[in-house]
Amino acid sequence: MSDAQAMIDAVTPAPESPLLRVDGVTLQYKTPEHLVTATYRVSVDIHRTDRLVLLGPSGCGKSTLLKAIAGFLRPVEGTITLKGHPVTGPGPDRMMVFQEFDQLLPWKTVAGNVAYPMTVNGVPTAEAMARAREAIAKVNLTPFVDAYPHMLSGGMKQRVAIARAMAMRPDVLLMDEPYAALDALTRRKMQDELLQLWQEIRFTLVFVTHAIEEAVVIGSRIVVLSPHPGQVRAELNSTLGQSDREGAQFQRLTARISHMLFDGEAAAHEPGPPARDASAGRR
Amino acid sequence: MSDVTAASPPPARPEFERPVTAPIGLGDVARPLSLGERLSGNATLRRALILIGIAIVWELYARFLDNPLTFPTFLETLAALRDGILSGVIPLRLAVTLETLVIGYAIGLAVAALLTTIAVTTRLGTDLLSTFTAMFNPLPAIALLPLALLWFGLGRPSLIFVIVHSVLWAVALNMHSGFLAVSQTLRMAGRTFGLSGLRLVFGILIPAAFPAILAGLKIGWAFAWRTLIAAELVFGVSSGQGGLG
Repeated sequence: MSDAQAMIDAVTPAPESPLLRVDGVTLQYKTPEHLVTATYRVSVDIHRTDRLVLLGPSGCGKSTLLKAIAGFLRPVEGTITLKGHPVTGPGPDRMMVFQEFDQLLPWKTVAGNVAYPMTVNGVPTAEAMARAREAIAKVNLTPFVDAYPHMLSGGMKQRVAIARAMAMRPDVLLMDEPYAALDALTRRKMQDELLQLWQEIRFTLVFVTHAIEEAVVIGSRIVVLSPHPGQVRAELNSTLGQSDREGAQFQRLTARISHMLFDGEAAAHEPGPPARDASAGRR
Repeated sequence: MSDVTAASPPPARPEFERPVTAPIGLGDVARPLSLGERLSGNATLRRALILIGIAIVWELYARFLDNPLTFPTFLETLAALRDGILSGVIPLRLAVTLETLVIGYAIGLAVAALLTTIAVTTRLGTDLLSTFTAMFNPLPAIALLPLALLWFGLGRPSLIFVIVHSVLWAVALNMHSGFLAVSQTLRMAGRTFGLSGLRLVFGILIPAAFPAILAGLKIGWAFAWRTLIAAELVFGVSSGQGGLG
């Protein structure tokens, strides 16, 4: 509980100014043949304890935007500032959870993986191990502290990655489609666990996804991006959770978002889970 | 085929739910293997048997030929080895050879590590390394021996030079491809921890590429031996501090 308290203490000052500000950011990257503009003049404010979801179809630059926030990519135009300081490179104040399972260090145990970023940043080993165990307990992996990543399932690996990021107590937790490679049942469970963790610690989250339902469940604020190049189409609030999935409000919000994403053209053919659920409803 | 094409719907079946019971009476979960099964599964034992077989065939064939000059028997060879060791000649030569080998191997590894580090951190370094390995890796080290003799004279420096040459390119090539194979995600994860430059190399890249590096070390060791034996055959004795060759 001590780190939960520390997070809350860190949260209190200056509630009105955004923690992370993305201001008029244009991002470009080079492929062997093209210079691709991923986002065009995107502005987003992220406040403390926000669960901000970047939602959009592939090609809307949401992952690229997240990488820029992480510091892997410099904006061509505009600025990204964290607590008033411009972001110049990757750092442990913006820990990131990736989609790929190979983000864990295969030569370290679960505890070793979670403790490593802390020891690298000068936390004494004993304290790092204690914080690692605490974070591992929070993601319900205590029986596996001494296991190696190759012995874990995909969902467990993602939990370790989340524990590793949370133990570092970053200003913002960045998640790049962390559940996209999981099966539907595990994904749903992981979403619940993430929300429960947020209830406990109230961290600040930036979450990238292309699944509308996931965005509505996870996000408190949803930024809808349009593709080629990515521009902010809308910012919406969501107070809905997993238990509201069947409700009319949930259906209305997802329908509204899919309408935005597909610009009216055949919103019914939306490839996400709701469409599949409807077609699976044959007796 | 006919039952697949039949269009009649499947029969109506009632739904049911039932409690899950613990599996009992599935038979043996684990059974110890017999002595024979365990022995035949032992690779060391199988290989030892092959060696013994070869020794027996050698001994029998040499006795059949009965010509100790061109084909001594297995037992005679063993006796000669024992005499060589007891008289102190073989241990002395072995020490000389091993020392040369280890010095050459160590220098080769150090240079390979340096080159690879430059190659993974800069693009010019990558181009340099791939050009050099493409040029020098196929060149047999022993072919450089005449040049080395001109440059360094008869003696240990020439031997070390050719060993370094034989180790360097093979090891550098393996290390570099090992580093390249480290996943982008792992590198990015390392950078979000705040690692960069040499700390990223030692914290993430070297451990992640360790299997490839180890393979490179083994290949380098084998190449060093080959080159050394060939070089000592050519001039080991005449250089005054003869090794094994």
